[in-house]
Order: sequence, then C-alpha cells, then structure tokens
Amino acid sequence: MAVGFEQEQSVTPDDFIKGVWKQNPVFVQVLGMCPVLAVTNTAINALAMGLATAFVLLMSNIVVSTIRNVVPKQVRIVTFILVIATFVTIVDYAIQAVSLDLHKALGAFISLIVVNCLILGRAEAFASQNSVARSALDALGMGVGFTLALLCLGGVREILGAGSLFNVRLFGESYQEWVVMMLPPGGFFTLAGWLLLINWYQQRKSRLQEAKESTL
Amino acid sequence: MKQGLKTLTIRSSPHIGAVSSVDTIMFNVVLAMLPVCLFSIYAFGLSAVLVLITAVVSCVLTEHLLCRINGIPTTVGDWSAAITGILLGLTLPPGLPLWMVAAGGVIGIGGSKFLFGGLGCNAFNPALIGRAVLQAAFPAAMTSWMRQTQGRFQSLPSSTLTVPFTKPVYVDGVSAATPLSAWKFEEKATSTPDLLMGLTTGSTGETCAILIIIGGVYLVARKMMSWQIPVSILGTVAIFCTILHLIDPSRYAGPMFHMFSGGLMLGAVFMATDMVGSPITHRGCVVYGVLIGFLTVLIRVWGGMPDGVMYAILIGNAASPHIDHWIQPKVYGSAVKGVPS
Repeated sequence: MAVGFEQEQSVTPDDFIKGVWKQNPVFVQVLGMCPVLAVTNTAINALAMGLATAFVLLMSNIVVSTIRNVVPKQVRIVTFILVIATFVTIVDYAIQAVSLDLHKALGAFISLIVVNCLILGRAEAFASQNSVARSALDALGMGVGFTLALLCLGGVREILGAGSLFNVRLFGESYQEWVVMMLPPGGFFTLAGWLLLINWYQQRKSRLQEAKESTL
Repeated sequence: MKQGLKTLTIRSSPHIGAVSSVDTIMFNVVLAMLPVCLFSIYAFGLSAVLVLITAVVSCVLTEHLLCRINGIPTTVGDWSAAITGILLGLTLPPGLPLWMVAAGGVIGIGGSKFLFGGLGCNAFNPALIGRAVLQAAFPAAMTSWMRQTQGRFQSLPSSTLTVPFTKPVYVDGVSAATPLSAWKFEEKATSTPDLLMGLTTGSTGETCAILIIIGGVYLVARKMMSWQIPVSILGTVAIFCTILHLIDPSRYAGPMFHMFSGGLMLGAVFMATDMVGSPITHRGCVVYGVLIGFLTVLIRVWGGMPDGVMYAILIGNAASPHIDHWIQPKVYGSAVKGVPS
C-alpha cells in the first residue's frame, strides 16, 4: 500500500464483468465453499445467502477502499475484519427482521460470512489498492457472480431434490424426490457437475481458438 | 486390448505372454456370476430378469456413448461395463423401478468410472457407487424388499414398471424384511440353511451364498482372483462376530448368520476383489480384507443401517492406495524396503 506509487486507473466495465464470469468467485476461484455447499439446498436459501454476501462485500469494499490510505499496514487485516463483521451484524439483524424462517434455515452461516475468504480476499487484493468507484464495481461484479453461482447450485438441488423451484411445484404429486440432493453430498455432486461443465466449455473454447490461430 | 488398426507394434519383453488378457479375465468373471444370476431369476422371477437386463444395458450403453462422444474407440468389448451392470443388478432389490436401475448404471459408469479416465483409473467400484447414490437418493424404494412369491413368473410387481421420475407404488404385504433387518429391528433370527440356499428376501443376487462361493472358487482356481481378499474379509467377520456372540448371544448374532446374510458374500467375492480398487501386494490384500470385514461388522452391529458391506468396501477402495504406499515389497537386491539400491 505504498501511497505515493498508487496509480488512479479509470473505471472500466471489465471490473464488473470479470467477477461475473472470468473470475467467478465460485466456479473459477473456488472461494467461499462453506456457504456454497451448506446452504444451497433450495433456491430461496441460495438467493438469500448470495444477496447477503453481496451486500457485505459491496459495503466492506467501499469502506476499505475509503480508509485505505489511513490504515497502518501492520493492522490492516484486523481492520478489514472489523469492517466486515460490522456489516455482517447488520445483515444478520436485517434477515432476522424480514423473515425468521429464513434466518433459521441459514443458521450459523450468516455469521460465518465474516470468515468468507472471498470478502477478505477482495478487501486485501483489490479494495485496499484501488479507488472507491472501482472497488464498488469490483464488489458488485463479484457479488453478482457469487449470487448467480449459488442460484445455479440451489436451483438444480431444489428441482431434483424437491421437484420445485422457489417453492413452486414443477411436477405432479407423484414426482420421486432425489433425497440425496437435499443432503450435504448433493452439494458436492452439484458443485462438481457445474465445475465439470464450465471447465469443459473453457477447454473447448481454448482448443477452438488454438485451432483457429494455427490455421491463420 | 483390441485395436482397430493392425500395424507393426514394437513391444518390450516378454514376447511370449500368457493368453489371459483383460478381456478373458473379465469374461470369466461374467461366467462365474452366471449361476448367481440364474438363481436370482429363479428366486425373484420376471422382475429380476428385467432389473438385470436394465442394469447391464444401461451400463454398456453409457460406456459406449461416452466413448463415442469423446471420439475414442469403444471399450465395451472388454466386458468390464457388462460386469459392472451385472453386479449393480445383483445388489439392487428385485422390485426396484427400472428407471432407478438405469439411473444407477449411468451414475456408476459415467460418474465414477468414465470421468476418472475409464477402466483402471477408477478409484471406486462403479457398481457400488451406482448403488450408493441410489441408496442415498431413494432410501424408501431401496429398502422395499420383495418376497419370493408364487406368481413371480407370470406377473410383475407394481413397482417395476413405474413411469420415470415418479414414485413407485407398493402393494401391501408383498415386501418383507431381509434377514439382517429382521435381526436388527425385530430380533428375529433366520436359520443358516435358509441363508445358504438363498430362500430369503434380499437383493436380487445376494441371497444364495453357495452359488457365490462356487463362482469365487472357480475364479481362484483359474488364478483370476486374489483369494486373500475374500478369505480375510470373511475370516475377520467370523472372528469378530464370534467374540461378540460369546459376550452376549442374545444381542449379537453368531458368525454363521453374519457371514451368509446380506451382501457380505457377494461383496467379499465379487466386489472387493475388483482388481482396480484393491491393493497390489498379497499382504496389502490381507490388510484391505481385514479392514473391510471389521468395518462391515461395525456398521451392521452399531450403525443405523442393517447392512454395511457396500460402505465398507467403498472405504476399503479409498484406503487401498494408502495400503499400497505403506506395504511395499522388498526390492530384490536391496537392503531397504521399496528402495532399489
């Protein structure tokens, strides 16, 4: 955090897009696996968890970026964690006020947003070195990417495990639920399936690009 | 291995090899399992026929299609997919809806064998992975055991032909407890001759212990199976159960009951001996067998489920690379184990 050498770079749309796709926190960086595996058993839980994390990420990135020049280097991690914990407490009370059922379903994992390495990682790697506008955009991108990834998992698990999506029944009464998809192993299976699909797509894309370059 | 093109290949010695290749060994395993399959058809009738055929077809078809999609020569000809199918069929309850059987085959071959690189690269027994996923996904259907009824060759149980992705419907009184669940939940013992002859309820192919032993003896006699594994598994179970039985006969069933009931015999002879998932050295095989036997009794006696052979073997599969790492033969001419001088 050498203040004198910091270069103000202009805000680019790439700050946002990289979090959604190229550096997606779940599918590419594979960060924050604890909530990804634990609370994605239904689409609603996944959405709530994703939005809560995105909110904490956005607010903490803004605050960390604002105070980045006044925090001594030696105590920066502690300061970041305090900032993050403040917003997690706000989210915790907010969810409790909005829906007690949701609060019960998410359980300890709301408080555990504090230790989500995605948030500290963005604070340390991006917000502490970049302007407020860029940090906010970065947090928005990462937050949207995280929420989308959680929805991908939660959607598949709820459709297979309960035959519904956002509590709307998709199939008839006689649908046979795949019980395992609602249980912890289902989280691992679904995550593995999505990672497989995305890696396969990326590899195919780079193979096609190589072939194109070699013919030119 | 069968290759499409006949070209001049340069091979290292030995140039005169034994005739047994992967294909012939696998084919002999199929032969050894045939009597078990035939008995299962005799015992459970048309539903067993359909379960076995569906399991084999789904496994072979999955393997073939995945090979085609990936543009490599099909590996159906080495019989390993067929064995996975037969084993899967033999471990499923006879009245299981056929779409669940097919799902098990696709998950077993696609998810646990092909994704890891095909035959020889899979860490776990594909048939058992298929069954384990089915057990976790459909616990109700996987524990509805059909009785051996009179009209088994004329009609199918109502659950067999369930429309895919819908719940099976079971008629009351058709299903019954297996010997293991009867012991665990109702404290009712089944006589050993019944267990040996297979006149009990259970998975399609696990009931008749005698035919499974005959198949195993055939494979051992042709040197296509390591005898250390089944012997150490069954020996561990027998010793462990005898000790428990002597402590409290009313709570713990005797060794004969445990050895011949449930999937233990089928698992010890045909599943645990899978060459890919078991250790390489003889001493390693004994360690592996003792581990599986010990875990089986542990799960059966103190676990929540009546039978634990499947999980014991899967844990054994997971442990076998480590067993190989720890137990390495002394290299000829070296002073230290596993390190050539």
